Amino acid sequence: MINDTLVELSRWQFAITALFHFLFVPLTIGMSWILVIMESVYVITGRQIYRDMTQFWGKLFGINFALGVATGLTMEFEFGTNWAYFSQYVGDVFGAPLAIESMMAFFLESTFVGMFFLGWDRLSKRQHLTGTFVMALGTNLSALWILVGNAWMQNPVGSEFNYETMRMEMISFSELLFNPVAQVKFIHTAAAGYVTGAMFVMSISSYYILKGRDLPFAKRSFSVASGFGIAAILSVLLLGDESGYEAGAVQKAKLAAIEAEYHTEPAPADFTLIGLPNDKEMHTDYSVKIPYALGIIATRSLDKQVTGINDLKKGNEARVRNGMIAYSYLLKLQAGEKTQENLTGFNETKQDLGYGLLLKRYTENVVDASEEQITKAVDDSIPPVAPLFFAFRIMVGSGMAMLCLFLLAFYFNAKRVIEQKRWLLKAILFALPLPWVAIETGWLVAELGRQPWSISEVFPTFLSVSNLTVSDVLTSMIAFISVYTIMFIIEMFLMIKFARIGPSSLHTGRYHFEQAANAPSGLRQQTLES
Amino acid sequence: MFDYESLKLLWWALIGILMIGFAVTAGMDMGVGGLLLFVGKSDNERRVVINTVGAHWDGNQVWFIAFGGCLFAAWPMVYATAFSGFYFVMMLTLFSLFLRPLAFDYRNKINSPRWRNNWDKALFVGSMVAPLVFGVAFGNLLEGVPFSFDKFLRVTYTGTYLGLFNPFALLSGVVSVAMIIMHGGTWLVMRTNEQVAARSAKAAQIASLVLIASFALAGAMVARTIEGFVITSEINTTALAIPTTKHVVTELGAWMHNYKLQPLLWSFPALGIIMALIAGLMARAGKGALAFIASGLSVTGVILTAGTAMFPFVMPSSSVPDHSLTLWDTVASQYTLSVISIVALIMIPVILLYTTWCYYQMWRTVTVEEIIQNNHSAY
Repeated sequence: MINDTLVELSRWQFAITALFHFLFVPLTIGMSWILVIMESVYVITGRQIYRDMTQFWGKLFGINFALGVATGLTMEFEFGTNWAYFSQYVGDVFGAPLAIESMMAFFLESTFVGMFFLGWDRLSKRQHLTGTFVMALGTNLSALWILVGNAWMQNPVGSEFNYETMRMEMISFSELLFNPVAQVKFIHTAAAGYVTGAMFVMSISSYYILKGRDLPFAKRSFSVASGFGIAAILSVLLLGDESGYEAGAVQKAKLAAIEAEYHTEPAPADFTLIGLPNDKEMHTDYSVKIPYALGIIATRSLDKQVTGINDLKKGNEARVRNGMIAYSYLLKLQAGEKTQENLTGFNETKQDLGYGLLLKRYTENVVDASEEQITKAVDDSIPPVAPLFFAFRIMVGSGMAMLCLFLLAFYFNAKRVIEQKRWLLKAILFALPLPWVAIETGWLVAELGRQPWSISEVFPTFLSVSNLTVSDVLTSMIAFISVYTIMFIIEMFLMIKFARIGPSSLHTGRYHFEQAANAPSGLRQQTLES
Repeated sequence: MFDYESLKLLWWALIGILMIGFAVTAGMDMGVGGLLLFVGKSDNERRVVINTVGAHWDGNQVWFIAFGGCLFAAWPMVYATAFSGFYFVMMLTLFSLFLRPLAFDYRNKINSPRWRNNWDKALFVGSMVAPLVFGVAFGNLLEGVPFSFDKFLRVTYTGTYLGLFNPFALLSGVVSVAMIIMHGGTWLVMRTNEQVAARSAKAAQIASLVLIASFALAGAMVARTIEGFVITSEINTTALAIPTTKHVVTELGAWMHNYKLQPLLWSFPALGIIMALIAGLMARAGKGALAFIASGLSVTGVILTAGTAMFPFVMPSSSVPDHSLTLWDTVASQYTLSVISIVALIMIPVILLYTTWCYYQMWRTVTVEEIIQNNHSAY
């Protein structure tokens, strides 16, 4: 049987490296379009300040981009190094979007990012703008393909288990691509990236406005970001990916866990605003509820039910038992008894093979699992309630707070009085971490909510690991934590340094720290050096 | 839909093309990174060296990403077995590769000699570990790797991590590093001038000689002392991908079989050696463009030599030879191969087109004067 500690460590390592990678990616996704907007204005109007804006925000974009590239390599390696059996079992399906991503998107992004940084003097204005646009397009296409892969893990359509090759095989690429979960996920995640880019530019611009520095530069940047941001935050909230939760049993389990809905309520169900989920007694303590809201949000209807954990478990128990039958047929087929009876029996039960595999955590002998082992497997089939319940509320809360900020920013900016609203500028500055809070908790909701599966209903996470030793993974995990911490410190050091200097770091002679009146200053010295 | 046999052969070729693409493009900027400390003595000279690849290293690196992604999709078992089997070696490569994006992007951000020197060293390490490890890994493929599958096709690697660094594998590592240094050196001869170009020419000559010697020695060892692998059961090229049902034996010098059967294959090692020689001579004569082209052809010849010697094996198992992975039985399903073939056959030419355009736009001899003039915008 597979060592539980190995599984836990492999999961922790993956979560740490994925969450870390995901600090940088959304900012890249969002800022790439903001750069396109700024540079377009420059090309259309010919006004130098927009070129300065593109270059300065591009500098910060670059500092972030380097870490995105570096930590992205880890994701490319890790499926093979730490999840070898996953790679073998589902590589036929899951590998394809990753391969396509590299050929269709990542080449585009990475080739033209070089043109963006170093091509200013070597390309015509239009060529450079086209390059920036292609870079942004590549970045977003990249997100699309990765999310097509992720959506298949959430809702594995267009594929079938082949008992001879012992793996999932693709049978319909178009189903994979047009997976309903992929569509909502892409819109939700890309828009979350746009929000991140917008908050980043808006917060740092607020800092310059508060300091009274480089006002024309800062206010223009603020305008672009608040306009872009309000469209983005509305997309994230209105097109949140709850609508994908209808697809497949695992998404239903995720939804039930998010809502801590232990028992199915009559439709439309109430939404629990806040409370304390209690797994033992199977209800939520101290809950504050909004009538009918959950039913409407989750099912987009007044009459469909949101299935509770209790009922989901009942259904899952039947599937575990059915999975045991599928497993027994699989063993016979593997032994070479390819009779019509065995084939028919397997085909009729194989949709539940994954549930049978859940028993492998407790016994090698799946066919003769005891009642106690079956109960344990059924308990495993629901994701952990409390972390999902809170992660979801933190995500939505951050989103709502950002919505308020974007609305106010947009309104006062349109009325051209944003400079006087110092309280709002301060609030926006200090709200800078909010998009990251939302994004990281959002990742947790999506991926922790998928547990106990690596591929929903098909393949359990614990079976997915490589045959490594505990010390192998512990060593690499410690190395990741140490090296990532150092990388993060270096990145933040540069980011804060350049954000504080502002457009003076472009050495055009037009900005705050380069004006004689503002010398001498500690920052000025640094500026002239770099 | 294409027939399964052709698709399997096509993906053997495409994986090879991606590997060659990686060696010729990213290999070039890794060679540049490896030479940085030795051909650039002052900060401005080092910036010259870095700016010859500044706009391209990231795009080049995607050849490696695409190689990994396509390995995952087309040969999932090879991806799973190699990456998990070589666990610490892969981690070592990964951590060294972290250094490159940071060094390229952060080095010029602060004007302090200590800061910049440290990033230069980081770039050296980040550029040299990967070619060394990939060479060592290739050497191990030729020798066979100890792994086997259980009946659910879960793979277990039974070797030690240190065992990967055996003499033949280290020699392969030397071949790989010499090849990459030669390639980076000829690039710098072509794209720089004065002192930097002169030092690079010297490095490229030395590297080409080391490459010729180590490659010839490795070839002799493959012929005389290394046990190759042979499939003794009948090969069904259209069968489903199940790598455990064939029969394989090991035999001294068996990697030479393909060369005996098909003498034309000798043109690959000949290409590797003759082009390395020409690259060295052209570098000496200061003809950078010719040297670089010859070097690229030499790199291609070296990789094709190893690939064709092993055909149809891609990852032989030394502990249970019957479980060896070959291009016939480690592949994705026919349907998946068809899908990614269409994408690859369309996208690879498109990638080559726009990459060429970008190189064309950035083409120039990078000089110290240019760096001084663009002090704040150059890398």
